[in-house]
Amino acid sequence: MVVQALAFYLFATVAVLSATAVVTVRNPVHSVLLLILTFFNAAGLFVLLGAEFLAMLLVVVYVGAVAVLFLFVVMMLDINFVEMREGFLNYLPIGVLIALVLFVELAFVGAGWALSDDKVAVLAHPTPAGLTNVEALGQLIYTDYAYIFQAAGLVLLVAMIGAIVLTLRTREGVRRQKISEQVKRDRADTLEVKKVPVGRGI
Amino acid sequence: MEIGLAHYLTVAAILFTLGIFGIFMNRKNVIIIMMSIELMLLAVNINLVAFSSFLGDLVGQVFTIFVLTVAAAEAAIGLAILVVYFRNRGTIAVEDINMMKG
Repeated sequence: MVVQALAFYLFATVAVLSATAVVTVRNPVHSVLLLILTFFNAAGLFVLLGAEFLAMLLVVVYVGAVAVLFLFVVMMLDINFVEMREGFLNYLPIGVLIALVLFVELAFVGAGWALSDDKVAVLAHPTPAGLTNVEALGQLIYTDYAYIFQAAGLVLLVAMIGAIVLTLRTREGVRRQKISEQVKRDRADTLEVKKVPVGRGI
Repeated sequence: MEIGLAHYLTVAAILFTLGIFGIFMNRKNVIIIMMSIELMLLAVNINLVAFSSFLGDLVGQVFTIFVLTVAAAEAAIGLAILVVYFRNRGTIAVEDINMMKG
């Protein structure tokens, strides 16, 4: 139990500290790297909660894909980030105020919340005993939530096509190999046989 | 030393608040704003998984998967729009995004 508590406090502290640094550091590249650290620690919290599959998903999807995407965009765009930070301190009072109000509201919600007496009766899908987390989740996703699962896949497909369509560009004046046109060429397009009479040119 | 639901909810609340704070502090930088949104979605996920684990109901974790999916799609589309915008205007400052006069 003590080990679990220590692990929780370690993960929670590092996650909160690195999340604070994400929004305050000067350099956006550091910001992305700290975001990755935050996600790793959140994955640790998920493991402590017994959601191993989601922890792995968080590492694979967020650290492996989303954060790297952010990193690529930050490093590709040639932006003066120092200029972007102008007025950072001007926004500090209003930012702290709104964050404080929101946190107090969340604290009230957290304090005033209680479980109903018959909570077991209203559970949609109680965690089955004797199954691993991945197995139990799989049994749920591929049966009761199959259609929503398909819809999630569709959302990803649309996002992928959308991102490609948005960022694809064909530049003028660049000679690139078009294999389809090369394959489509036949003899009639390029070769012409002429009868040349004797004694005269063409 | 018993770690209960309240501990996880507190961490999630702090992360969510930090996300809001980040949006307000980096009003000019769209990239940091998007990272703040990711932080907020992470806080929501922590809440869902914590409730799912402590109530013994798996649906919270199923829903977290869908939240993750939508968050990944949102990040991809958002960054694509950002790249296109930078190509057209040469800047990503939030106050310059006014072409649609909305």
